[in-house]
Amino acid sequence: MRSPLLRILSAALLGAAIVVILSIKLNAFRDYQIAEIAVYVTAVAGLTVLTGLSGQISLGNGAFMAIGAYTTALMLAHLGWPFVAVLVVAGVVSAAAGVIVGVAAARLRGPYLAGVTLMLGVALPFLAYVYPSTLGGDQGLNVVYTQPTFLGANFPLTRWQAWISSAVALVVLVLLANLGRSRIGRNWRAVRDDEVAAALAGINVAQARILAFVVSAACAGLAGALLAVITALVAPGAFTITLSIALLTGAVIGGLGTLLGAIWGSLVIVLVPTYATDVATSHGLSTTVASNIPVAAYGVVLILVMLIFPQGIQGGVLWLLRLFGISAARPSHAASTADAMPSAGETPARPHEKEGTQ
Amino acid sequence: MVEFLQFTLSGISFGMIYAAIALSLVLIWRGTRLLNFAQGGMAMFTTYIAIEVIYHTGSYWAGFAAALAAGVVLGTVAQLIVIRPAQGKPELNAVIITIGLLILLEGLAGIFYGGQFRSFPAAFSVTGLHVGSTALGVSRFDVFVAAAVLVAALLLAVGFRYTSAGLRMRAAAFNATVARLSGIRVARVITVGWALAGLLGALAGVLVSPSTFLYPNSMDTIFVFGFTAAVIGGLDSPLGAVIGGLLLGVALSYAGGYLGSQVTALVALGILVVVLMIRPAGIFSGAQVRRV
Repeated sequence: MRSPLLRILSAALLGAAIVVILSIKLNAFRDYQIAEIAVYVTAVAGLTVLTGLSGQISLGNGAFMAIGAYTTALMLAHLGWPFVAVLVVAGVVSAAAGVIVGVAAARLRGPYLAGVTLMLGVALPFLAYVYPSTLGGDQGLNVVYTQPTFLGANFPLTRWQAWISSAVALVVLVLLANLGRSRIGRNWRAVRDDEVAAALAGINVAQARILAFVVSAACAGLAGALLAVITALVAPGAFTITLSIALLTGAVIGGLGTLLGAIWGSLVIVLVPTYATDVATSHGLSTTVASNIPVAAYGVVLILVMLIFPQGIQGGVLWLLRLFGISAARPSHAASTADAMPSAGETPARPHEKEGTQ
Repeated sequence: MVEFLQFTLSGISFGMIYAAIALSLVLIWRGTRLLNFAQGGMAMFTTYIAIEVIYHTGSYWAGFAAALAAGVVLGTVAQLIVIRPAQGKPELNAVIITIGLLILLEGLAGIFYGGQFRSFPAAFSVTGLHVGSTALGVSRFDVFVAAAVLVAALLLAVGFRYTSAGLRMRAAAFNATVARLSGIRVARVITVGWALAGLLGALAGVLVSPSTFLYPNSMDTIFVFGFTAAVIGGLDSPLGAVIGGLLLGVALSYAGGYLGSQVTALVALGILVVVLMIRPAGIFSGAQVRRV
């Protein structure tokens, strides 16, 4: 297990085994939640690389998810290609959009980048209203994708959805973990920590920043494609500003710049509201109150996590491990990504700070 | 031509509301280098308080005053309880805390007041004004909206320039360390900034709600456009916030009027991109240190 690649791959296999066992043990609703979590992991992992490693904020990655989702819906409806090919195309189309946004973003810093990406996330879904004949307007487009026949007619659709979503999420995580350890990942961190020093060291700063946008857009596009398939519908209402903000929230509370943090963050995004709803309804509260308690509880969780674990949940986990003296020999699942992206959470927002002091 | 005039005037009215939100964001940005995503949520919540007060007292102005006071309290309390403890931690943490605060406020509003749309009274008649027989497309209330924000902005400008408290705030925004060394209690100044921002947000909430209705998410769009206005103007410039708000309000009014309401967000994105391509830190940004 000394090779990092082997460590990453075995962690991914472990993750796959957990998903398969859980998806068989749990009911259809939980299977759907697994798929939902995997969708978020895919998108949040891309965003944590963009914001945590390259130091660029994006409040509009939901727009790339929309692009991936609409690409998937249109291709499945009109072309009948195999799903893997559709996934690849969705990723490529979103990546192309990422190039455009990345080029525009390369000059912008901090809140100005936040503003443009936020507006992108708000504005892009309106294209569906502008081109209702192609994009389905407010009603959206239906997506038909069922489990393959060789699994048998009785194989639950939600389980199949959990499997493909998790498979994509794990492949994305493995690729990102390797990318983070590579020359490209080092360049991103150098650019994030000090642009001038990075440029003097021969790094093409603009290129590195644009590439980070492309990678995160491709991840978001894949997540959008999966979301289209598991919800069987692509409509502008699914890609609101709330989605984009949830992605950033997941990345930061999980632990910015760490891929395990992306998993923690996605678990919080999906499970905290559902859990709070269960608690609220089981106490017989009125529907108005019961449906809003999860919202309030989620807000409180965000605030508390940020105040108690400044480095996010992953930071808290590492702290706990150290507390029990496990830090010297970190377990392989923690080390595979924590080593790949050292101390990423500490400095992601540096560019904002510099912007401010001038 | 009459249509053009109508779109311009109603654009100015909405633009002043964006300007109020933008100003409140600028106030907090200058003090703490933080984007307050809860600004719209705070405004929504204080407007609910105004509704309650109007319902119980029957007086619009009592509700108006209650909203502004609640804005000051909410801004102060939020800063002291959740923002100040986040100082010295990674900068995005405070941003996520403001997002958490926004979600918490929306949840609380849903719990207390339910999710249905509530109408909110206007201070003055909302029937259109006429010059001769031509409709101007604005009402007395629209004039009040523009005037109220303008007065608030002018008071702030005068306060910043001519009072010692304003001087302290400018010093703290310019250089916190030097300000602290010269005896200014920077932490207190920052809290005052949040209180003022809360007041401006509450003003925007009360002014916009007659035309948008009030519900837990009702300020989301207004916040996004206010934020966009602040970015267009330059987050360090209060004047930029007002100009950015007006520019955006008028442009979106034309876009909505001539092209349809579906394209307003796309037009806002276009304006934002064009402005930032030319001036990457907003129209009224100061001299930029050249970057690589």
